Amino acid sequence: MLGTNVREIESKEEFNSHVNENETTVICAGRRGPMCVPVYGAMAQMEKEKKFSEIEFRVVDFDTNAAMMIRTHEKCRNFMGLPFTVYYKDGEIVHATSSIQSRKQIEEHLDEYLL
Amino acid sequence: MMYDVIIVGGGPAGFAAALYSARANLKTLLLEKLFSGGQMATTDLIENYPGFEEPINGFDLAVQMENQAKKYGTEVVNDEVIDLELEGKIKTVKTTGKEYKSKTVILSMGAFPRELGLPGENRLKGRGISYCATCDGSFYRDLDVAVIGGGDTAVEDANYLSRLCKKVYLIHRRDSLRATKALQDEIFKNKKTEIVWDSVITGIDGDESVESITIKNVKTDSETKLKVDGIFVAVGTIPNSDLVKNKVRLSKSNYIITDERMETNIPGVFACGDIREKVLRQIITAASDGAIAAFFAEKHVGSI
Repeated sequence: MLGTNVREIESKEEFNSHVNENETTVICAGRRGPMCVPVYGAMAQMEKEKKFSEIEFRVVDFDTNAAMMIRTHEKCRNFMGLPFTVYYKDGEIVHATSSIQSRKQIEEHLDEYLL
Repeated sequence: MMYDVIIVGGGPAGFAAALYSARANLKTLLLEKLFSGGQMATTDLIENYPGFEEPINGFDLAVQMENQAKKYGTEVVNDEVIDLELEGKIKTVKTTGKEYKSKTVILSMGAFPRELGLPGENRLKGRGISYCATCDGSFYRDLDVAVIGGGDTAVEDANYLSRLCKKVYLIHRRDSLRATKALQDEIFKNKKTEIVWDSVITGIDGDESVESITIKNVKTDSETKLKVDGIFVAVGTIPNSDLVKNKVRLSKSNYIITDERMETNIPGVFACGDIREKVLRQIITAASDGAIAAFFAEKHVGSI
């Protein structure tokens, strides 16, 4: 468990149903590391402020089976820095980032790819 | 709930402050955004913290520090502080979920890695550019990488990465390293590392990922290309002081200015560890700062 303030996906099945049941979602796959924590924090803040209430935010432990879809996805092919953050729309990954991102950068990705 | 001491940040400075504060029978709360240890938790092996004959992993040391502080009564809460009201006798600490009151506040939010500021850096972040060797090193197994910097972190990173990577270049702008001698001895003996002296990185090339870097010799001004798959940046830190900007006195580089008692310009507000303006930023000096801050926080509480 990552123990963040964002809801965590704990299995492959949960991952699949979450992606299929939600039109727009952002999932961050990481560890308890210094590059990951700021991303979790930004997601928790945005969720709390309900600024993007139509978007579901989730985290997933990078080393678990639950994160396999992200680890092996074509869009994450050249990624070499944690966390991997993926932006899903209608069940498809429309954007993905690697390594630390600021809240401003995440908001820009949301505006460009999900809204 | 009124506390005697609220500590913001759970690195070695914060936990040392918590330990001393709790042992002084002060009602102590430590607030940490997520994980204990701060930058220390990302260090692979720590060889210069007294009491450990064999090197200890940074994360393990962080866990021990947290448990020790808790054992004496420190309350540890994982929540992010979003605002502070520091003026007056009673301070208010607002988190994402709650509001806390305290007679003193100890600021120990630490620092985070500085970026290079080169074109393409943001685009290739996580695609060959990393700021944390222990986080991302495993992605570079059997590849060639460059570490930028010449201090303890850079040399530690280079030594760590040499256990995973095919070749590690250490790019340093001077003709000698700033790192401690023990780390220097290790890197000089290391056959998988090569130090590129008197050089700075001036360019990063690659579309989808890092393919090469341009380095300039600062003495001759000559530029050369170096083919690498990754760059690890260890060129210093930036303090996590945004939360207290315009609230406590900061240095030009935004570190918190304190006196020898670790007190800021606001009575009852202390700062310790890497967030403080000081000469040597190490785990042991962070812990020392924390102990001093807690000692004088106790005096302050007694004087109210």
